[in-house]
Amino acid sequence: MSGLAEARPESSASARPALEIAGLWKSFGQLTVLRGVDLTVAEHEVVCLIGSSGCGKSTLLRCVNLLEPIDAGRILVEGEEITAPGVDVNRMRRRIGIVFQSFNLFPHMSVLRNVTLAPQKATGKSRARAEADATELLERFGLADKRNEYPDRLSGGQQQRVAIVRALAMAPDLLLLDEITSALDPELVAEVLNVIRELARGGMTMVIATHEMGFARDVASRVCFLDGGVILEQGAPADMFSHPREARTQQFLERIIAAGRL
Amino acid sequence: MSGFFGLPSGPRDSGELLRLESGGPPRSHRRIDRAAVKSTSIALVSSVVFFGLLAVVVVNAPNWPAVQNYFFNSEIFDYSLPKVIDAFWVNVRLFLIAEVLILALALLLAVLRSLPGPVFFPLRLLATIYADVFRAIPGLLIIVLLGFGIPGLGIAGVPTDPFLYAVVALTLVYSAYVSEVYRAGIESIHPSQEAAARSLGLSRIQALRYVILPQAVRRVIPPLLNDFIGLQKDTILVSYIGVVEAFRESSIIESARFNSTPYVALALVFLVITIPLARFTDWLVARDRRRFLANAR
Repeated sequence: MSGLAEARPESSASARPALEIAGLWKSFGQLTVLRGVDLTVAEHEVVCLIGSSGCGKSTLLRCVNLLEPIDAGRILVEGEEITAPGVDVNRMRRRIGIVFQSFNLFPHMSVLRNVTLAPQKATGKSRARAEADATELLERFGLADKRNEYPDRLSGGQQQRVAIVRALAMAPDLLLLDEITSALDPELVAEVLNVIRELARGGMTMVIATHEMGFARDVASRVCFLDGGVILEQGAPADMFSHPREARTQQFLERIIAAGRL
Repeated sequence: MSGFFGLPSGPRDSGELLRLESGGPPRSHRRIDRAAVKSTSIALVSSVVFFGLLAVVVVNAPNWPAVQNYFFNSEIFDYSLPKVIDAFWVNVRLFLIAEVLILALALLLAVLRSLPGPVFFPLRLLATIYADVFRAIPGLLIIVLLGFGIPGLGIAGVPTDPFLYAVVALTLVYSAYVSEVYRAGIESIHPSQEAAARSLGLSRIQALRYVILPQAVRRVIPPLLNDFIGLQKDTILVSYIGVVEAFRESSIIESARFNSTPYVALALVFLVITIPLARFTDWLVARDRRRFLANAR
């Protein structure tokens, strides 16, 4: 099974949220970035994080993936606390995929190897099995003919799609996307966003940090505005973008509209 | 490709240079050919004049006949070259064995030094002390201390073969340098690569093994080869503890015939072996630089 949400049986037994963040604090030295973030994401929900640069969107995602140690608070994935002491970090990370702004493909490996490395080494899939699953995923995202190419031969959009496939190959319960179109040329943004739309339709639970407001309005089940280290306001995209309640949210959206991004 | 010694090697190359400099449309091939021929002939003429003058000065020196006989005696050269080459195989063997051991030990040291966190502090400390100590003490001293010291203890069962101590001493000394080269390579890999590997659920060791090290090693191959050129030459130091290798063989002939020509023969052997390696290293460096520039574009 390639681990896409549509292929996964509905686990109605667990009404537990896919992701639960409670009172998350994080600082880098003197700079406090997150000041008690609370966020709950239900299964199959697509949550978009918006906010000005440096507001902590990326930091929040990196904390959820345990790439950054947190200062206070709790993070639970499907009811299991991943921030508890003594927890197997590697096992937790396998359930949470992340895609980065700068792709971070492994430049010394072919596309296929990029995708099969973790399934083989981290989950112990056989090579044949990992390659068959990877090929299926690559085909699905129009990358089958690139399987033997090296990353530097691909366009930015193709590299980012490979990075998405690489994360999906681990069959994660939750996918985190960290401004994945910010490093792309404008004409390549659409091909990546279409992949995410397809994943959303398939029921993948996702938390997406993004500057693409049009896309957020379109794909999100909920939009969260992050400001001053907390989630200042959240709601359905239609409400958030047309009638923001908070003054800070209004300011932010006005600037975005003035820049022609909404 | 630019020529071996930085000379323009062909019309294609200088054509690219010209285009880069002028920024205009490509010039005609005839123009380019003429420019390449001109710069090559200037280089040739100036080399002939320079080295010619140098030869005239040396040959006309007051003691040249004596020096010529002492260092460039053709009869002794013909006699010693085959013997020196024979003995040189000991150097080659020493070099090859030590090189494999150095690559392994240095990698281990570099990995130890790059382990993060307070738990690994003792290992990091040991690896750091190792690198400091063996880079501080001259290699010849290590060779002598080990080669005479350990067999000198007279412990039963401890081997006395000087070749063994030669291998051990060179491995200890060069591992300290090579581990620093590896470490520079590991540190040159952007942390986002490790983040990407860890985010997929790979352990720290797996990230190092499959993602960081393969990239790091590829990046440090040119500086590694440089260190191995040094190692190749330093193999003659082990003659001090009685390994009969090429330098020892040369000095045996020298003392028997009161003539230093065997050393010149040995120098020639080293030139023949080392220059291709040095050229190859330079070529690798140039190729990496071109790739880097191409990717940065």
